Amino acid sequence: MSLWVDKHRPKKLSKMDYHAELSDHLTRLVSSGDFPHLLIHGPSGAGKKTRVMALLRELYGHGVDRLRIEHQGFETPSKKKIEILTIASNYHIEVNASDVGIYDRIVIQELIKTMASSQQLNSEGDPRNHPEKQNNPPMGIALKIGLELPVNASDVGIYDRIVIQELIKTMASSQQLNSEGQRDFKVVVLTEVDRLTKDAQHALRRTMEKYMATCRILLVTNSTSKVIPAIRSRCLNIRIPAPSVNEVMRVLQTVAKKEGCNLPSELAQKISEKSQRNLRRAILLTEACKVQQYPFKNDQDVMDLDWEVFLKDTAQQIVQEQSPKRLQEVRGRLYELLTHCIPPDVIFIGLHKELVKNCDGELRTEVTHLASQYEHRLTQGNKSIYHLEAFVAKFMSIYMKFVEETMGDF
Amino acid sequence: MMEAFLKTGKLGQSSGASAAGSKKTSQSQGGGKRGPAPWVEKYRPRTVEDVAYQDEVVSVLKKSLSGADLPNLLFYGPPGTGKTSTILAAARDLFGDMYRERILELNASDERGISVIRDKVKRFAQLSASGRRPDGRPCPPFKVIILDEADSMTKDAQSALRRTMEKEGRSTKFCLICNYVSRIIEPLTSRCAKFRFKPLANTILQGRLEMIAAKEGIKVSEAGMGALLTTSEGDLRMAITTLQSCARLKSGGDGPEAITETDVSELSGVVSKEWLDRIMSTLQNNSYFDMENLLQEFMCEGYSISQLIHQIHVQVVQDDHLSDGQKSQICEALAVSESRLLDGANEYLQLVDISSTMMSTFAKGA
Repeated sequence: MSLWVDKHRPKKLSKMDYHAELSDHLTRLVSSGDFPHLLIHGPSGAGKKTRVMALLRELYGHGVDRLRIEHQGFETPSKKKIEILTIASNYHIEVNASDVGIYDRIVIQELIKTMASSQQLNSEGDPRNHPEKQNNPPMGIALKIGLELPVNASDVGIYDRIVIQELIKTMASSQQLNSEGQRDFKVVVLTEVDRLTKDAQHALRRTMEKYMATCRILLVTNSTSKVIPAIRSRCLNIRIPAPSVNEVMRVLQTVAKKEGCNLPSELAQKISEKSQRNLRRAILLTEACKVQQYPFKNDQDVMDLDWEVFLKDTAQQIVQEQSPKRLQEVRGRLYELLTHCIPPDVIFIGLHKELVKNCDGELRTEVTHLASQYEHRLTQGNKSIYHLEAFVAKFMSIYMKFVEETMGDF
Repeated sequence: MMEAFLKTGKLGQSSGASAAGSKKTSQSQGGGKRGPAPWVEKYRPRTVEDVAYQDEVVSVLKKSLSGADLPNLLFYGPPGTGKTSTILAAARDLFGDMYRERILELNASDERGISVIRDKVKRFAQLSASGRRPDGRPCPPFKVIILDEADSMTKDAQSALRRTMEKEGRSTKFCLICNYVSRIIEPLTSRCAKFRFKPLANTILQGRLEMIAAKEGIKVSEAGMGALLTTSEGDLRMAITTLQSCARLKSGGDGPEAITETDVSELSGVVSKEWLDRIMSTLQNNSYFDMENLLQEFMCEGYSISQLIHQIHVQVVQDDHLSDGQKSQICEALAVSESRLLDGANEYLQLVDISSTMMSTFAKGA
């Protein structure tokens, strides 16, 4: 059983529940069979990936759904071997290059070059220019089998080998047939571009222009602030805003209807507000609610995420008492959060939000200033606990001073 | 060595192919069937004469084309002002058919560590270049190595260039291209003739855009053109890309529609006027929680915060109600946050920081 989020993901641009105008634009864009490099940005849970996949489907048909997961190896100039997980179909490849940290530049350089040159083989380019030819076996076939296999092979027991052989043949010939409908270019989807190093982004610049003929790059990112201007100016920027609360509600209700359950509008409203306009979170929450209690009630509690509650408590503790002993306890709790893979900047935002509620006027500005300052340091350092703790300690000290001063007035 | 040639060969081919739409007919695989080429490539200047606006550089290059020697060059200036186009056009003018053999172009997408400088660049530099073409006509007796995006080269790699540049100076000319001249080490800059590329003036930009629009048969409303000019800020590449993107979005459906201001601002990621006004007026009200809610809503819209900072800056500087002291405080906060964003700091926290600083500055002034 798949999650509702995946199950009810719209497959076509025309089926998108919101941002109709945007979908219309995108449809027009691909209708000519060609498009420039795209930079797709928007907050998480706004539907960036869904739209990317729909776009690809529009271009290549259902071939893009035959995904395979591959480990690709690269070698750095210093002979260090790195490996990265890619998700690919015959037409596109999706990479999160930031997984390999500082080596992302190599990945980008190599990947796009191989991608771009392997494409030329298929479109009957001049093979002499491309000595890489031998390195590209008809990988599509093997991999398609890999995905078809579980369905067929289990049905026929020991004869699976024959099935596979047949399958390869049909696949191979159908590949030929399909090739007429193929586009002249492949698509590289790079996710989390904002986490790429500057070096890697620079490496993209000329590559994007050079391989324009055989390769389109779709960049997906949460914010464009961290994408260098040179890249931004080479792409068609597409902004995908988060759905409004009403839109989230509407989607939740359609999903619930499809699942055959009745979602009262008050609960839907509650969930949508809680999700902070993040559709993915909203759908997950709805599903969680169903597990918790079904049929739904209007006044049903929507689960808070544990770590959010935990973070709120932590903030409360900081405000209650300011002492080295308390600081140590808070440190323990921060460690707890970090070990549960809550990103440090999220912790910062959460703490800041709660702490500010207990301050007023000037102090608020100061706390905000501190939060942004320490969070910035955090991005440059690499042990996040120091910075979180420094922020807490600093807050404790100014808060204490503030309380003493106000007390002194009376 | 072959590799280097292959690389330049490829480059020549790809940029040649995009030109081919109008000039050449023989090409291995058509830009024609592949649908529209990026207009940036299509309308890249073919000769030095075509380069817009950069008169000093053009005059020097013209002189060297007419026979005088070419110095080592260092082009610097903001993106989209024609640095790469200029040198490519110049090389084409200089070498004609020999273009591919005489040019080595390396940019940030190629590996450019110190080893590459030592091997590839040095070996290319040591090749001799004759003063005659295969068919006997004269041609300049040197090669050109273009190091594009040189500011992303490491210091070590840059220093490895120094001696090579001098020793092979007779037969090899270097052209370094960068955005920030300060990131090129001193010994290199002193070996080159420096040329600053100015951001293009609006009239020039407009001329080019209108020319392209006319050739492509698209209509741009007057306000749309204005928006194009202001958002691009002298970056011709960005202006052309935006223009093409707008045209693409408008192309389907029934006949070409005129490109309007909203299209342009949506595509170039500019924060809409309504949002900017809402934020500014909320800040005037001096209510922290209103601000927090509004900012959270703003984050959901997916705009870029550095863009917002830029727009706030323009607005603040032009605001007559603020005293100089207030302005400088706000600008300070904007500058700090902008640099932190570049370092990869969290957008939301920086935004809240700016806003709360501005709010308290407004409150104090009132």
